[in-house]
Formats: sequence, C-alpha cells, structure tokens
Amino acid sequence: MTALLRRDLKLAVRAGGGFGLGLAFFLIVTVLVPFGVGPQSELLSRIAPGILWLGALLACLLSLDRLLALDWEDGTLDLLATSPLPLEAALGIKALAHWITTGLPLVLAVPVLGILLNLPAQGYGWLVLSLLLGTPALSVIGTFGAALTVGVKRGGLLMSLLVLPLYVPTLIFGAEAARRGATGMDPLTPLLMLSGITAGVVAIMPFASAAALRVNLR
Amino acid sequence: MSMTEDTATPKRPSGFWSYANPVKFLGLSERVLPALWGLAALSLIVGLIWGFFFTPDDFRQGSTVKIIYLHVPSAMMAINAWVMMLVASLIWLIRRHHVSALAAKAAAPVGVVMTLIALCTGAIWGQPMWGDWWAWDPRLTSFLILFLFYLGYIALWEAIEDPDTAADLTSVLCLVGSVFAVLSRYAVNFWNQGLHQGASLSLDKEENVADVFYFPLLVCIAGFVLLFLALVLYRTGTEIRLRRTRALQAREARL
Repeated sequence: MTALLRRDLKLAVRAGGGFGLGLAFFLIVTVLVPFGVGPQSELLSRIAPGILWLGALLACLLSLDRLLALDWEDGTLDLLATSPLPLEAALGIKALAHWITTGLPLVLAVPVLGILLNLPAQGYGWLVLSLLLGTPALSVIGTFGAALTVGVKRGGLLMSLLVLPLYVPTLIFGAEAARRGATGMDPLTPLLMLSGITAGVVAIMPFASAAALRVNLR
Repeated sequence: MSMTEDTATPKRPSGFWSYANPVKFLGLSERVLPALWGLAALSLIVGLIWGFFFTPDDFRQGSTVKIIYLHVPSAMMAINAWVMMLVASLIWLIRRHHVSALAAKAAAPVGVVMTLIALCTGAIWGQPMWGDWWAWDPRLTSFLILFLFYLGYIALWEAIEDPDTAADLTSVLCLVGSVFAVLSRYAVNFWNQGLHQGASLSLDKEENVADVFYFPLLVCIAGFVLLFLALVLYRTGTEIRLRRTRALQAREARL
C-alpha cells in the first residue's frame, strides 16, 4: 500500500504529472473573479468564501481524469486488480494520493488567495479548516466518477457531468461553514455535517468505485 | 418444447419473476398497453377538463391555481420515476434480468421530462405569484439537482457502447446518485435556512387544498401514473426489440 502511494506521488510530482496545474488553475480562477464581478472590496469579501470553495472544487475536478486514465492505458489497473491488495484499498490509496497532490496544496494556498479576494481576517482559520475537512470527500467522490468513466474515450466532460451533482452536499456545507466563519457566526454545525459527509464518503465510496472499476476491467 | 427439455431446466421461475423473460414481458405488455393508454387518456382528459373549467378560482391566487393539475402530478412522477429506476437497477444488479435494466433505461427520459414539466409549470406559476420565475427555495433547488442527476444518468447510458457494461455502470451510478440526491435534499434545506427564507414560499398541498381542487387533482395524478406506466412499458418494449434487431444483424454479419 505504501509502495503504491509512493509510486502515485512520484508520478504526480515528476514531469508531466500535472502537480502544479491544479494550483495554477485555482489561482487563475481567483484572479478572474474580480474581473467578472468588479473590484468593490466589500462585495468581494462577502463572496470570497464561496468563490474560494468553488475554485478549489473545480481545481479538484480538473485533475480527476488523470487519476485513473493513465494507469488504465498502460495496464497498471489490470495488475492492481489481480494483485493481492483489494481493489477497494488500491482505489482508496489512489484517492489519498490525489488528495495529497491536489487537495492539500489547495488548502495551503487558500490563505494567500484569500488576500486577493479581501477575505475578512476572522474567516481564514475557518476557511482553511473547512477545506481541510472537505477536500478529502471531493477526492474520494471524484475517484468514483473516474472509475465510472475510465472506459469511455474522452470521458472528461461526461465525468464532470456525473461528479458535479455528487459534489453538491459537500459544497453546501463547506461553503456555509466558511461563510459563517467569515461573517462571525458560529460555523460549528455545518463543520460537523461536513466532517460527517467526509467520513461517510471515505468509508463507503471506495466500494462503489471498486465495483464500477471491476465492471470496466471485465 | 418437449417434456425432457422442460425438466432439464432446473427451476422455471413463476409468478412475478417469469416476466423477466423478454418474450413473456412483451406478450404481457402488448395485452396491457391498449388498456393503459386508454385509461391514461381518459383520466387525464377528465381530470384536466374538470380541473381547468369546472373548479372555482382561488380567492387569492385567481385562476393561476389551476396549474396545480399539471405541476403536482408531474413533480410526483419525477421522483417516483427515479425510485422506479433505483428498484430496477437493484433487480438488475442482484438478479441480472435484462428486462429490468432496459426498463430503468426506458424510464429515465420519461423522468427527465416530468422533472422539466414540474420546473416549467412551477416557473409559470411563480411569475405572477412570487413575482419571479425562479427562487432558490429548497424544493426548487432540489428538483434542479434531480434534473442534473437524470442528465448524468442518461449521458452515461449514451456514452458506453457495450450494453451490459452500460447497464452495470448506470445501475451503480443510480444507487450512489440516490444516496446523494437524498443527501442534497437535506443539505439544501439546511443551506436555505441560512438564507432566511421562510416556509411562506412553499405551498403545503395536503393541508391547503380544499376538496373542490383535491378530487380533480387525484384524477390527474392517477392519469400521470397510468401515462408513466404506459410510456415505460412501451419504451421498454422498444428497447427489447432494438436489442433483438442488433443481435440479428450481428448474426447476419457473421454468416
């Protein structure tokens, strides 16, 4: 398991792995928002938590089609399916690797981008905390979408259509927690709901992903 | 067709499960369909004419109240169609009956149209009543999300060429999607409270509707249920025949 994790991390960080792409995309989205809605700082600071959550979600989505597609093409997935490691565990590890290379950098970058959007000072901690709790769910749900569409040629758009509705609960609770944190309200309830979703999804979704991948590998 | 052949097959399914045989299913649906179409048309005509022309205007909403006869039944069927797809997907995953997978496939476009009717009639009613075509009310929002789920489901069916793989993957998506659809419903409720929108926007149908409106509404709901059943049976028959045609073509190409 650790070998698989190390391999995925190495592949992601080395050339062509697209490690920084998600981060760069997040930065560009954040920069483009003020061009779209205008530079008034009170407007920006009001929508900043939602925009940052949405940007992180899209950056996660963007890197999903690399998650399984390359391993599918060169046959690594067939090897994983026949290895003694259960496919559920392998997909869990892959989701973890995706989170470490995509979700975690986003969480770490978000305070810097918060400055660009004039996020209120009290909101930083809650925003980082909510993203830290929520992005693992995005990776795990995304792995399911990738497993469903791995057999489809050019399935990237299709995967977005399948995955985005599944992201709705995570986005609602995550952005709500960040918004309440930024406006000085008590963000505990949405944070708890968000952690509940993440925990449930991490526990259950690898089984659904493995079921879908087995069908595709048949 | 001899006795020996009959006894050779270990166990012949009887009752409900025997209709998993496509030939038996087609035979039944051909016998039932004319009656279903007729009953659906009859109850829709009676219910809609009764509702549109022979019920009084509501004292506050005026004649706009009458859109209820399209809105409520289609909204109900939009949800029920998804539940039916969920059950059919489960039957396919557990018992591998092809008719079941095809029925789920056949129900999805009907469900998406029902969702659209519900959303559009809601918007048409909302424009004069709320002064707006759209509001981010929890009910409306969760219907929009349901619509997205339908779109994804249909798109996945269309994208995969091998029919059995497509049936498996869409069934898994339907199961997972159901969980997330319910989750989204409650998440949206929570999110909406944060926006301070009260219950004044949503119409509590069971309690508010008086008997004058209630009986034609029941007839309309029955009509929509019958229409849905007829459409799904008809479309499932089409899917079965389509698959049979493909098999025949493949056999001919091989010769």
